Amino acid sequence: MQWCQRWDTMPRQRGAGFNMFRFLMGRLAVLIPTFIGVSIIAFSFIRLLPGDPVALLSGERVMSPERHAEISHQLGFDRPIVVQYLDYLWGVLQGDFGTSIVTKKPVIDQFFELFPATVELSLCAILFAVILGIPAGVVAAIKRGSAIDQAMMGTALVGFSMPIFWWGLLLIMLVSGMLQWTPVSGRISLMYFFPPVTGFMLVDSLLSGQAGAFKSAVSHLVLPTIVLGTIPLAVIARQTRSAMLEVLSEDYVRTARAKGLSTFRVVGVHALRNAMIPVVTTIGLQVGVMLAGAILTETIFSWPGIGKWMVDSVSRRDYAVIQGGLLVIAAVIMLVNLIVDLLYGLINPRIRH
Amino acid sequence: MSQAAATSAVSTDPSRRARLAEFWYYFAENRGAVIGLVFFLFLVLLAVFAPWIAPHDPVAQYRDAVLVPPVWQEAGRADYLLGTDAVGRDMLSRLIYGTRFSLFVGVIVTTLSLVGGIALGVIAGYFRGWVDTVIMRVMDIILAFPSLLLALVLVAVLGPGLVNAMIAIALVFQPHFVRLTRAAVMSEKTRDYVVAAKVAGAGHGRLMFKTILPNCMAPLIVQATLSFSSAILDAAALGFLGMGAQPPTPEWGTMLAEAREFISSHWWVVTLPGIAILVTVLAINLMGDGLRDALDPKLKRS
Repeated sequence: MQWCQRWDTMPRQRGAGFNMFRFLMGRLAVLIPTFIGVSIIAFSFIRLLPGDPVALLSGERVMSPERHAEISHQLGFDRPIVVQYLDYLWGVLQGDFGTSIVTKKPVIDQFFELFPATVELSLCAILFAVILGIPAGVVAAIKRGSAIDQAMMGTALVGFSMPIFWWGLLLIMLVSGMLQWTPVSGRISLMYFFPPVTGFMLVDSLLSGQAGAFKSAVSHLVLPTIVLGTIPLAVIARQTRSAMLEVLSEDYVRTARAKGLSTFRVVGVHALRNAMIPVVTTIGLQVGVMLAGAILTETIFSWPGIGKWMVDSVSRRDYAVIQGGLLVIAAVIMLVNLIVDLLYGLINPRIRH
Repeated sequence: MSQAAATSAVSTDPSRRARLAEFWYYFAENRGAVIGLVFFLFLVLLAVFAPWIAPHDPVAQYRDAVLVPPVWQEAGRADYLLGTDAVGRDMLSRLIYGTRFSLFVGVIVTTLSLVGGIALGVIAGYFRGWVDTVIMRVMDIILAFPSLLLALVLVAVLGPGLVNAMIAIALVFQPHFVRLTRAAVMSEKTRDYVVAAKVAGAGHGRLMFKTILPNCMAPLIVQATLSFSSAILDAAALGFLGMGAQPPTPEWGTMLAEAREFISSHWWVVTLPGIAILVTVLAINLMGDGLRDALDPKLKRS
């Protein structure tokens, strides 16, 4: 049996590997022009704003004509627009995403400082959504039409329709305000201070060895996780249910049932594995949704991640950060989507790219 | 053909009426969808007749009635059924007027992104080649950004306000319609009836918009309901971030932004606008589920 399986899977893997390379090349052929387009948008953004881009980028409102010419030259605004763009793109490729007007720090440094907070929150939220969403979807599919199914899918639809900024306020009001269970904002209590090692507060607080630090980090994370995870949770539960329903009606599941296998085995082993394929895609698609959600969630909970950073930059009119941040964030999303696509190809043997 | 003749031709066409009956049969089978529809119609009535229904002017500030709780609470007053906000404006009237803004946002954003998306999608799917490549690459670029972030930045460029927020959201939603239309057009294009129309001498415009497009509408309608509710959510989110409708507009997201500081002391100013957003979006999404079941038999009735 063992041998049989290996014999069966080997040629398939070789084929998949070959196609994977072609697939990757195909994706890059799309990704590179997209990235160039994204960089053009980021580049033109500052020039489309009402007002003088030199003044906007330097942050100096009142300037003598000499000073204006000097900064204009410094920023390269006196050169032809194509040269300016190529120069910008060249800088971007070397990691130069501009300098913040407010903090005078390179945008990319700030991004990497804040990004772990967003990643930590997003990972927890997606974990929350998967851990609750997949079992909920499976149970709803098995008990199709029952009160449990209807209740779960009704709840999922409410979750899907939730204005998450309000959901966050509501949870703060109930859990932090009335019950006093969790803190209102931030990543960890001010009592604890330790140097960031990984940037992930959960890991760093454990590494610091300070008593209570980990607990504090967890309690700060609970509400933002729920808020950010709500919509993915609803989507994953719905998607799992419909994928499961489809798989349960297929012949091989009937065969497995006819063989006399227990429901648990049929569902857990045969059906779930195949039902997971569309669900994995859904989870991958939630990456962009997460980052959009992070903008609201981080603002509500004063979570020092890139979402709040962007909102703050918009209200502070730190256009250099908006310009750089747009491009970095788009690049990260494109990269994550590429990885998800590759994983999808590995999980799903039916796809021969 | 005159407009009147066209309408009567439509209503007397038996196959169309039968299709409508079939549509209603499947739609009505979904109880949630019917509830959603009824509630949505109620909201439309509220929005249209807001000036007659609302007990107060939504921006009138009653200085003697600041932060009055809803009527069922102690110190609640019968003049202000759902209480008043921090500057003494009647919550109920503001919520009623708020339906106008939210439904308006939904209608405008959906129309803009639907019309633009269909035009671009049909052109891309019909002509293929470099036109298709250019259109789809541009859509990929829009999709590369998180939608809310792009909308936020666009509003920063255009200047905060409800109209600019709607333009930004419509632009961000557009690619979904383009992709759907293009895929549907591509699958219809090689069908026999299209080839027949072409042989009969139909021009590009007629083929694209009269022959092919009507057969691609089902997924677009489903997507349109989804974007209607998403538009309301995103506009409220932008309002909440201070980039959408500006105070004192009684827009629900903007109301929430103004109410944030009262979160621990005066629950009604925070809770009520959110409930309004939630039930509106929920009603539209319920309707969307019913539409999906009724219009697209390929999607499972699950």
